[in-house]
Amino acid sequence: MHMPDGLINAPVSIGAGVLVAGAVAVSLKKTKGSLDSQTAPMAGLVAVFIFAAQMINFPVAAGTSGHLMGGALAAILVGPWVAVLVMTVVVGIQALVFADGGLSALGINILNMGIVTVIVGTLVFALTMKVLSKTKSSIVAASAIAAFISVPAAALAFVIEYYLGGNATYDPMTVLISVVGVHLLIGIGEAIITALTVGAILATRADLVDGARKFLPKQKLIIKDSVVS
Amino acid sequence: MSSKKLLVIGLLASIVIAGFLSFYASSQPDGLEKVSADQGLDVTAVDSANADSALADYGVAGVENERASAFLGGVIGVAITGLAGVGLYVWLREPKSAETK
Repeated sequence: MHMPDGLINAPVSIGAGVLVAGAVAVSLKKTKGSLDSQTAPMAGLVAVFIFAAQMINFPVAAGTSGHLMGGALAAILVGPWVAVLVMTVVVGIQALVFADGGLSALGINILNMGIVTVIVGTLVFALTMKVLSKTKSSIVAASAIAAFISVPAAALAFVIEYYLGGNATYDPMTVLISVVGVHLLIGIGEAIITALTVGAILATRADLVDGARKFLPKQKLIIKDSVVS
Repeated sequence: MSSKKLLVIGLLASIVIAGFLSFYASSQPDGLEKVSADQGLDVTAVDSANADSALADYGVAGVENERASAFLGGVIGVAITGLAGVGLYVWLREPKSAETK
């Protein structure tokens, strides 16, 4: 999903860059000093894990692969604001250090893989949890659904950006169907990896999963803390 | 499990994924690359300005052995992302005076 340079014109690329800069600025402001010494390291760990997991391309159809995006996963684990920062770090390092994704395309790539996925993942997770019972298995199921939807959503964002500023002549309908179609398949992989990861952390330290906190009974540690203070 | 232990396990898992498993990842084009090629969107694509950099494509320039190159690329990536993660930690952690412990 890392777009190279040259596909989309300067105005749309710059526009995406401005949107991303704004989102990062707001996220930085919202999150400064907002985590305790238990949860703050999670942000870095989630960034490292998503960077690593994104390296694993899995086959999805004849001659086609896909990899985790991780926006929904990050949003569920550390909350949407921190997730935007985590995804910006990951996609930024990929482009700047490893030449994965173009430099002038960086704004678009962060927007698609790091902001659209976070917003859609957060919304779908919240909506799904509304109708499910408030249990750990529901949280895993809602994570899977959120992750699944976030991938074609990012693909749709690319189709819109390409429609606005694509440099080649093309057939919009065919591109819409094929880009979103293949990302529905990739979304299944995203859902599996996200569900496994959220499930593993829920099983060991559910209190560190941001999306789970308001649905599960408070841990002893948190109660103790509030008594002490 | 202590959060420190979770952190260590998570880091080790990331190193295994980025350093070892990445070697076995599919080398087929991803969904966007494939459609771009099939539909002619990539005719205007140009190489990134840093496409020849030492770490381009998650390998290490000059390391002949493909497995070693992929291992180093993955581990260096984990290390750089980890450093950025430390920066995030410093930004996100509440000021010391406000901590309850």
